[in-house]
Amino acid sequence: MIEIKNVSKTFIVDGEKFDALKNVSLNIEDGDIYGIIGMSGAGKSTLVRTINMLERPSSGEIIIDGKNMNNLSAAQLRQERKNIAMIFQGFNLLMQRNVLKNISFPLELAGVKKAEAQKKALELLELVGLPDKAKAYPAQLSGGQQQRVAIARALATDPKILLCDEATSALDPKTTKSILSLIKEINQKYKITVVIITHQMSVVEDICDKVAILENGVVAEEGYVTKVFSQPQSEIAKHLVYPDYEGGSVVNADYGTLARIVLNGAVGTPLISKMTLDLNMLINLVSVSTREIGGVIYGNIEIGIEDKNAFEKIREYLKQYDGITIEEVR
Amino acid sequence: MFENIFSPETLTEAWGIIQSEMLFALWETLYITVIATVFSVIIGLPIGVLLVVGDKDGVLPLPKTLMHIINIIVNILRSVPFLILMIMVFPLTRLIVGTTVGTTASIVPLVIAAFPFVARLVEGSLREVNPNIIETAQSMGASPFKIIVKVMIPESVPSLISNITIAITTILSYTAMSGIIGGGGLGKIAINYGYYRYKYLVMLVAVILLIVLVQVFQSVGTHLSVKTDKRLKR
Repeated sequence: MIEIKNVSKTFIVDGEKFDALKNVSLNIEDGDIYGIIGMSGAGKSTLVRTINMLERPSSGEIIIDGKNMNNLSAAQLRQERKNIAMIFQGFNLLMQRNVLKNISFPLELAGVKKAEAQKKALELLELVGLPDKAKAYPAQLSGGQQQRVAIARALATDPKILLCDEATSALDPKTTKSILSLIKEINQKYKITVVIITHQMSVVEDICDKVAILENGVVAEEGYVTKVFSQPQSEIAKHLVYPDYEGGSVVNADYGTLARIVLNGAVGTPLISKMTLDLNMLINLVSVSTREIGGVIYGNIEIGIEDKNAFEKIREYLKQYDGITIEEVR
Repeated sequence: MFENIFSPETLTEAWGIIQSEMLFALWETLYITVIATVFSVIIGLPIGVLLVVGDKDGVLPLPKTLMHIINIIVNILRSVPFLILMIMVFPLTRLIVGTTVGTTASIVPLVIAAFPFVARLVEGSLREVNPNIIETAQSMGASPFKIIVKVMIPESVPSLISNITIAITTILSYTAMSGIIGGGGLGKIAINYGYYRYKYLVMLVAVILLIVLVQVFQSVGTHLSVKTDKRLKR
């Protein structure tokens, strides 16, 4: 388990203090695929770098499997880092080494015999689906292929944790999907805890179990992806989940009360039509969005209704459906 | 000064000198250049590495004062004109070689002049290495020493080769000046025959040979640099 306890990080830029992280606490359980999402500058990359002490927290602690990372000596930290692999947005392969030697690089650092390292590298190359690229150089590979090599390299030392720092941000959507499914496969096959830093909602939706939303160095919201994304509470979460969210100003005065119907799971009936007929009520459809999270359909229907009275009626009406709720937006 | 340069007498005379001395001078120049380059790299490479890794953001931050001292020494040696430096290092030359004149003796001031230059060139090459790759190596638990020998230097080999080529050509032109303190080679021939004895044709031939040497070194260096660079493999 990774315990991030009250971690703060202050940078001094041109004599001015800048708080990149403010008292962040998170627990990441073994085997989780944990997403940390936020806009650029929210402190995501700083946070993930505190986990392996590439960035030392100004205060607070990082505890991994009971071991306090802050107090390790330089040599102990290097040893510990072999258990915490990391992949990056820019892949960061050694450009003057071929693919096989890139993958065996961490083994070389660990003093593993050459033949043994090579055997392991070939196995990993097979795992990431590039068995014919052993002798190729990184410059000869596409972005997606380079990231696969980086993943193989990350797995070479049999780590317990894989940190992904915007690992798919430089890739096109299709390649992103394939890299994410590879990460998921690795998570399931080797029971590796995965921490994913991203600004892409789709990444979190696709593979994360849990998510923390970071804003200005503070955790705005945290929990299971299904929960956070279906019923976002914080402003930042709403912005991320509903990209068009502006606080809802599109409804005219007659339908001035804005409400949101939240669907947890698909509905078998033409819900809105049926409801308006049954209640004999006019509603203004503001926005509809549905998304699939972990194989289940979630949806949000924003509606404009006449007044509070109408809101209560709808709430009563929706009680007959499991998993469908309504909340007032304004 | 060039009027009778191609007259039959000067031609015969020059041909005689070229036959008897030029080949040996060429060999001496090559010998001095290569040995001086080797020693300059042996001394300059580690200093160049220190200049990069010892930075406060480097992989092995060193005390600020130490970095200051290294920088100042490098700068001082780089700013003394080679002609003056040659004379200033006489005591050191005598200590190492036993004499201050002659071909081997001229290697000492050459190395003293060239190693700070090499250090700066190495510094430039190593700073080109993508810092993200260094961070990646750190994330894998690589020690500063391993990062230097397994990441920074190997990743900058093409750039190092092209920079060392620059160093060789510079050292080559310095060897010509060392003719003044009795260092052998093409420079000595050019000065002795051209400057002191007005045999301009001999000087011209010596200069042309120096030009050819620079061309050869540069072509080989560029070729090697491109050939080793795996980033250019398509």
